[in-house]
Amino acid sequence: MSPLLEFYDIFVGSFDLFLEGLWITFKLSIASLLIAFVIGLFIAILKISNIKILQWIADAYIWIVRGTPLVVQIFILFYGLTDIFLIPMFWAGVAGLAFHSGAYIAEIIRGTIQSIDKGQREAGRSLGMTSGMTMRRIILPQAFRRAVPSLGNQFIIGIKDSSLVSFIGMQDLFGVASSMGSNTFNYLPYFITVAIYYLFIVLILTLIVNKIEKKLAQSD
Amino acid sequence: MSEVREMIRVDKLNKSFGDLHVLKDIDMTVKESDVVVLVGASGSGKSTLLRCLNFLEIKNSGTITIESEKVEKETHNLNKIREKVGMVFQHFNLFPHKTVLGNVIEAPIQVKGLSRQQAEKEGKEMLDKVGLGDKYNVYPSTLSGGQKQRVAIARALAMKPDVMLFDEPTSALDPELVGEVLATMKELAVEGMTMVVVTHEMGFAREVGDWVVYMHDGKIVETGKPSDLFDHPQEERTKAFLSSIL
Repeated sequence: MSPLLEFYDIFVGSFDLFLEGLWITFKLSIASLLIAFVIGLFIAILKISNIKILQWIADAYIWIVRGTPLVVQIFILFYGLTDIFLIPMFWAGVAGLAFHSGAYIAEIIRGTIQSIDKGQREAGRSLGMTSGMTMRRIILPQAFRRAVPSLGNQFIIGIKDSSLVSFIGMQDLFGVASSMGSNTFNYLPYFITVAIYYLFIVLILTLIVNKIEKKLAQSD
Repeated sequence: MSEVREMIRVDKLNKSFGDLHVLKDIDMTVKESDVVVLVGASGSGKSTLLRCLNFLEIKNSGTITIESEKVEKETHNLNKIREKVGMVFQHFNLFPHKTVLGNVIEAPIQVKGLSRQQAEKEGKEMLDKVGLGDKYNVYPSTLSGGQKQRVAIARALAMKPDVMLFDEPTSALDPELVGEVLATMKELAVEGMTMVVVTHEMGFAREVGDWVVYMHDGKIVETGKPSDLFDHPQEERTKAFLSSIL
C-alpha cells in the first residue's frame, strides 16, 4: 500500500474521533476567548485609569502571564481549580487559556484606545457626556474597529494554544492525535491529520476576520 | 441703559502647565449676545483660556462664573455646565464611526435623554440651518473640511447651549472653505448667540466681533471695540502685533 493511500485511510478512518476533538477545541476556544476578551477589556481599562493601584494590578497580571509558559499556567490552574475548588476539567482548561489570552488582548485594546485622537474624548466631554459615556459611546467603538486585525490574530493564536490542554488530559484535536499516535505507534499520519484540521480552522477564521475588516473599512 | 445679563465672568484666572505659566490674572466678562474675539500670537494663551471656560482645562486659581454661578470643579457637575457651553474645535473632532446625523443626535439622546425621534427632528433642523440638509446619512470622512466644521457647529448647537466657544474654527481649512464656516458663525451671531471666538481671521473679528481681546504672553493686553482696537490701538504691544499681521 502506498504511503498516500495509507494516510487517506487513516484520515478518513479517524474522522469521527477527530470530529469529537474538534468539537471540544471549538467549545474551548469560544469559551476561553470570550472570557479572555472580557478580562482583556477590564485590564485595559485598569491600565488606562489614573489610579496607581489599579494600574499596578494590571501590570502585575500582565507580567505573570508574559513571564510564565502557558503550559505552566494551565497546570497550575488545572491542579488549583480541580483539586481545591472541584471545578470540572473543561472549565479548568478554559480558565487557563482565558487567563493567558486575556493579558495579550488587554495590551491590544489598551494600545488601540490610546491611539484614538484625544480630540474625540474632548468632543464628547464638551457636549456634556460623562467620561464613562464618552468611553462607551465614542472611544471604545473606534478602538474595537482598529483592534480587529490584531484581535483576529490573537484569536488564531488562542485556538492553536488551546492544543496545550491535552497535557491535562483533555481530548481536544491535539489530544486525539497524540492518543491515536501512541495507541498505534504510528505518530506521523495523525499529527499531519491534526495539522490539516488546524489549518482549516485558521483558514475559516482568517476569512471571517478579512470580511469584517472589509466591512468596517467601507463605513470609514 | 438696561442691564444685560453676564454669561461668563472670569476673575484673576491663572493656569499653569507644570512650570509654564500660561494664563496670568485674566479678567474678562462676556455679556449675553456678545461676540468676543480673542486674538494674539500662537502661545499667547488664548486657546487655553477658551478651554478653561468649559473646563477641558482646570484652572489653578481665580474664579469662573457661568450665568451668575461660580463654578468649581469640586462642587459642580461640570457635565451640566458643559451642556450650556458648546465648543467647536480646530480639528472638528467629529465622531468618524457615526453618520452626520448620528454625530448631531448623540449628546441630545445620551445626555439630555431626548427620544431618538425628537433628537432626529431637531438634529435635522440644525443641519438644515448650517446648509447640510442633504448630508444626514453620510459619514464625516466623505465631507470637505468646511462641511465637517459646519456639522461640528450643528452638533454643538443641538445641545441648545447658551454660549458657543470656537477654538480656531477655520485654521485647519483650505482657504477656499473658510468663508462658508465664517458665514455660518456670522449667522449665529446675528441671531444673538453669545460667542467667544479664538481666530486669526481679522476680517471676521472686525465685522462680527463686538469686542476684541488681544492677548500676549498669557495676559490680556488690550480690550476694545473692533474699530477702536484695530484702528487706534492704545498699547505698544497691540500696535506691534497688528503691524505684524496686517
